[in-house]
Amino acid sequence: MSEAMLRLDAVDKFYGPIDEGVHAVRAVSMTVEKGEIIALLGSSGCGKTSTLRMVAGFEAVSRGRIHLAGREVQSLAPVRRNVAMAFEGYSLYPTVSVRDNIAFALKAARLAEAEVARRVGAVAEMLEITDILDRFPHSISGGQQQRASLARALIRKADLHLLDEPMGQLEPQLRTLLRGRIKHFIKERGLTAILVTHDQTEANALADRIAVMEGGVLQQYASPAEIKERPANLFTGTFVGEPPMNVFPASVAEAGGRLHIDLQGGLDLVYDLADFAAPVRERMLAARDVVIGVRPHAVRRAATGAPATVVANQWLGDQSHIAARFAGGAIVLVEHDRAALAEGAPITVAIRPEDLHLFDAATGQAISHGQALAG
Amino acid sequence: MHATPTIERILRGTAIALVCLFFMFPIAWIMLMSIQTNETILRVPPSVVFAPTFENYQALITGKLETAAGTLEINFMRNLWNSLLLSTSSVALGLVLGVPAAYAFARLKFRGSEDIAFTLLSFRFAPPLLVLLPLTIYFQQLGLANTYGGLIWVYQLIVLPLILWIVRGYFEDIPADIEYAYRIAGHGFWATFRRIALPLAGPGIAAAGLLAFIFAWNNFVFALVLASADKQPVTVGALAFVTASGIQYGQVAAGIVLSIAPTFALALYAQRYLVEGLSLGAVKG
Ligand SMILES: Nc1ncnc2c1ncn2[C@@H]1O[C@H](COP(=O)(O)OP(=O)(O)O)[C@@H](O)[C@H]1O
Ligand SMILES: [Mg+2]
Repeated sequence: MSEAMLRLDAVDKFYGPIDEGVHAVRAVSMTVEKGEIIALLGSSGCGKTSTLRMVAGFEAVSRGRIHLAGREVQSLAPVRRNVAMAFEGYSLYPTVSVRDNIAFALKAARLAEAEVARRVGAVAEMLEITDILDRFPHSISGGQQQRASLARALIRKADLHLLDEPMGQLEPQLRTLLRGRIKHFIKERGLTAILVTHDQTEANALADRIAVMEGGVLQQYASPAEIKERPANLFTGTFVGEPPMNVFPASVAEAGGRLHIDLQGGLDLVYDLADFAAPVRERMLAARDVVIGVRPHAVRRAATGAPATVVANQWLGDQSHIAARFAGGAIVLVEHDRAALAEGAPITVAIRPEDLHLFDAATGQAISHGQALAG
Repeated sequence: MHATPTIERILRGTAIALVCLFFMFPIAWIMLMSIQTNETILRVPPSVVFAPTFENYQALITGKLETAAGTLEINFMRNLWNSLLLSTSSVALGLVLGVPAAYAFARLKFRGSEDIAFTLLSFRFAPPLLVLLPLTIYFQQLGLANTYGGLIWVYQLIVLPLILWIVRGYFEDIPADIEYAYRIAGHGFWATFRRIALPLAGPGIAAAGLLAFIFAWNNFVFALVLASADKQPVTVGALAFVTASGIQYGQVAAGIVLSIAPTFALALYAQRYLVEGLSLGAVKG
């Protein structure tokens, strides 16, 4: 059967009365296939946890439907949904040891003692918490509690694993190490997981697909590469990618057989008509008021191009971040070598047509990515 | 640690001494009275020099009160036993009813739940006599007047609101996610209540129970109106010492010492719980 493991249909969440309270999740629809790892990515307060808690059954669904493993579950009790969850606040049982915290669900499932011990040992080793198994939650650090909570969720066999910011408290090295191990663990067992995070590196490294959320709305749901190359709207474009995409308001016009993209400050980017495919050109001209976007990695210094003035030049050890005044705003370039540019130095930058992302200024929706029409 | 200035130490010591004196003096005085005869107590001017005697306690324990007008039968030990029975049973019943109710009020926010909780608390506001008059009539019709069962029932007016409000605060302090984590792992609502919520609220429940016990023990008016001599607790029983030939101060004092001894011991033993229970649970709404 090709039924998705999880399907959300136009799910709404209001805290308080419907249509009056806080509208935390707005008509979110998405599916998760069996064996997939999904990252729910968004800034704080965008509705990630609310979405997860509706799937788990701790928050009522205000509107819409949730199907899990072929069953409609939005009115089922949490205990009957067969999901495992690692909570944002860890929520370990304070009265028992870390080991018992992790083993609780297995014991409830009446697994043999030896098997429980073996599985707890394995997951503890993976998460580097073997030496604190006999401690109590209040006597270990936040990062250790977080891993214990993650272990408690991962050790279970469930249709769906919900992991709410499972690595937020860990130091960077450990996070990088565990990222790989967790992915391996999940894939090896064929588990299906939704991972909430506000860290795009984590989302990119772990997830098969990323769901970008903002203001309770699902902005884009696609593979990491797709999100990077073809952001569906201005929000995703600027939210995903480090450093963020450069964006400038502009208007598009055709004059003298060439395509003019007029930026603020009298700056004019001129391209051959042939640089853009006909349908793309049509859409650009139809929209008129647009926002252009270009990734910092794609901005080049060139002999000919638009003028800019350097305001900062930082060498980060493996790349240079150069910020420059450009078109009434600022543009950031990333180069892989040290650049001998002092503050105030004039440069000329070139933006290739295939690196241009165009967004509708009114709606924020993407119009085109290089040669390709969006959507 | 730095040394506290001497003057501050002296002031603090004096303040503590004054407070102790203020609170302990009546208790000490009563204890002294309880080992004197009526004559030495009523002596003018009063003096702390006297020959201690245990005849007051003896009279209470044997139940024979010697007065100028002859020997009087009293049943103080019976009163003491009644107090113990009534308070313990009331608290037990109060816990059985109140703890699940407190959990419901803490966890299941339903329409009107706040109002119901407040109504229950408001039982504590009404003057007991107001409730008692109609109750007396009903109790007589129902055959509950002068029964332990009836008294325990009425005692719930004292015990239940107290337990409900203190324990509710404790339940509200337990993060709901800890319970969710347990439930999602395959446990039902009741299993979660028993295995997670109850143990975590343990100190609060203990505090509420102790406090309720003390309040129940000190109750006077319910038993005075609703029970006859053989069911009455010590608070009412002490009235027997007001006899035709005068007030037996020595025995009253001994009676008081005996009747406050259990709650006093309990309070000392469970001080920590009580303070926690009152400051943590009760102030939360
Ligand atoms: N229990 C609640 N009552 C009222 N508002 C809430 C509650 N939980 C979350 N919210 C609000 O809903 C929005 C989304 O919250 P949340 O799902 O926790 O976001 P995220 O996990 O993405 O940080 C926020 O504006 C938050 O303030
Ligand atoms: Mg969250």
